[in-house]
Amino acid sequence: MTKKLTPLIEWGTLLLTTGLVCFFLLAILWDLISKGSSSLSWAFISTSPTDGMTKGGILPAIIGTVLLTLITALIAAPFGICCAIYLNEYAADSWLTRIIRASIRNLAGVPSIIYGLFGLALFVQGLQMGTSLFAAGLTLGLLSMPYIIITTEEALRRVPNSMREAALAVGATQFESIRDVVLPSAVPGMLTGLVLTLSRAAGETAPILFTGVAFYINKPAGYLNQEFMALPYHLYMLSTQHQATEQVRPLAYGTALVLIIVVFFLNLSAFYIRYQHSKHE
Amino acid sequence: MKLALREKTDQTAKLLFRMTGLMVIAILADIFFMLLWNTVAFFLKVKPWDFISGTQWNPSGNPANYGILPLLVSTSLVTLGAMCIAIPLGIGTASFLSDYAGRKLKSVLKPTIEMLASIPSVAIGFLGIVVLGPGIARITGQSNGLNALNGAALLAIMSLPTIITVAQDALEGVPNAYKEASYSVGANRWQTLLQVTIPAASPGILAAVMLGVGRAMGETMTVLMATGNASAFPKGFFHSVRTMTATIAIEMGEVPYQTTHYYALFAIAAVLFLMTLLVNIVGEHFVNKYRKYQAA
Repeated sequence: MTKKLTPLIEWGTLLLTTGLVCFFLLAILWDLISKGSSSLSWAFISTSPTDGMTKGGILPAIIGTVLLTLITALIAAPFGICCAIYLNEYAADSWLTRIIRASIRNLAGVPSIIYGLFGLALFVQGLQMGTSLFAAGLTLGLLSMPYIIITTEEALRRVPNSMREAALAVGATQFESIRDVVLPSAVPGMLTGLVLTLSRAAGETAPILFTGVAFYINKPAGYLNQEFMALPYHLYMLSTQHQATEQVRPLAYGTALVLIIVVFFLNLSAFYIRYQHSKHE
Repeated sequence: MKLALREKTDQTAKLLFRMTGLMVIAILADIFFMLLWNTVAFFLKVKPWDFISGTQWNPSGNPANYGILPLLVSTSLVTLGAMCIAIPLGIGTASFLSDYAGRKLKSVLKPTIEMLASIPSVAIGFLGIVVLGPGIARITGQSNGLNALNGAALLAIMSLPTIITVAQDALEGVPNAYKEASYSVGANRWQTLLQVTIPAASPGILAAVMLGVGRAMGETMTVLMATGNASAFPKGFFHSVRTMTATIAIEMGEVPYQTTHYYALFAIAAVLFLMTLLVNIVGEHFVNKYRKYQAA
């Protein structure tokens, strides 16, 4: 009897832990979708907030988040990709390379609020940008860079050496081999990493708190040198700092759902790219 | 194109790529010096000992108190609670993924965990206010459930994906020969997992835990929203706490630049930075140890 039962209990324990982890995701999604979908409407995503943020939509916050994510990509992707190329294609296993790698790992572990302080000290005050969309984008760009380096290097590592050697053998310089042979075949992997990193950046709040986000702006969004609204911050303010948090709860749920949809859309496109790519291999 | 020109392009590109590599070191050094500079500015006004051993954080009081202890204890309490939940769940899930789940189940579970990792911290904090908070309040009879336990549970969810992914890598890295040797002397799957696979992967699992700790310690929005932020000295899991990250987030928006209070927040950040750096270095040490072990 016990001999039959013990494996079942053992297997059950592991299944239970795994089930709980899946349950967390499902519970989060269920709660947000079931309570948030009623506030979703075309008007909600296409109009500005009105009546002291108790009515209206979240259009400026959506625009702000999209622009912020774009700036983050424009800052982090070129530098991150170049650094990954250096590490994977050029760097020998020297002490310098080891320091660079250790720096990347540590940068990836630095808490996001510290990036916020760094952005405040360097971009907002040091470089006199003021609290602005550009300062926040630069801050998020710095935060995203280590992740882009790590994922790009992973993608480059998967390109077989025979391809590099073939390019060099027909007379290409190393740069030409990287530009015309290595990079094109690493693009899907790099893209997956980039999109996953951006989905994380789109949901970040702490780094933009002091570098440019605002609860309400009455000017149209999109100026680099001005403050902006963003979905995560909007959700934070609606759920904790608003004078009538209970009254605006539906708006908060709607904002949370839109934020999750944006993030998951980015994630799913990354999964799709990865899936397409794995079929070809 | 002429060969000379092509070679020149090649050299320039190489130089450019190397510059970006060096830039990474510069950024980390910059962050470090920024924190150091502002912390020194703070220590010129407040004695370091008062900062480290002070049991009261009250910058607007008269006289102002800049004791980091309550914040440090809050952060430790919430992180400890999160790890009590996340470590068993994480190792269990990682074991299930590496040793029990089939290919198909794995291809469903992996993206699920990645999705969990991608949920923004502010959304999890929001659910702490509207779902978990009221739930805890009903059980404990408090007016709202915004306390250390709430924050710990949410942080556990946030650090789980990290712990699972790294621990799974460690478990899968254990050579098959170890498991086969265990099976051949009559051990079953469970005994093999507990007495061979997990001990053999323990450096990697420790690294996973360390990364989870780093993640939980540095998290801002979740604890800011879910723990109530009372500035009194933390009394326990059922009381409101105020972590280092939350204090920075709340007060940095209100202080005038270049005041003692402003520098004080950078000093907190410096302590947090050193703590996460230490945790990461310890984690990395274990990962390296584990690699050596695998090569042997």
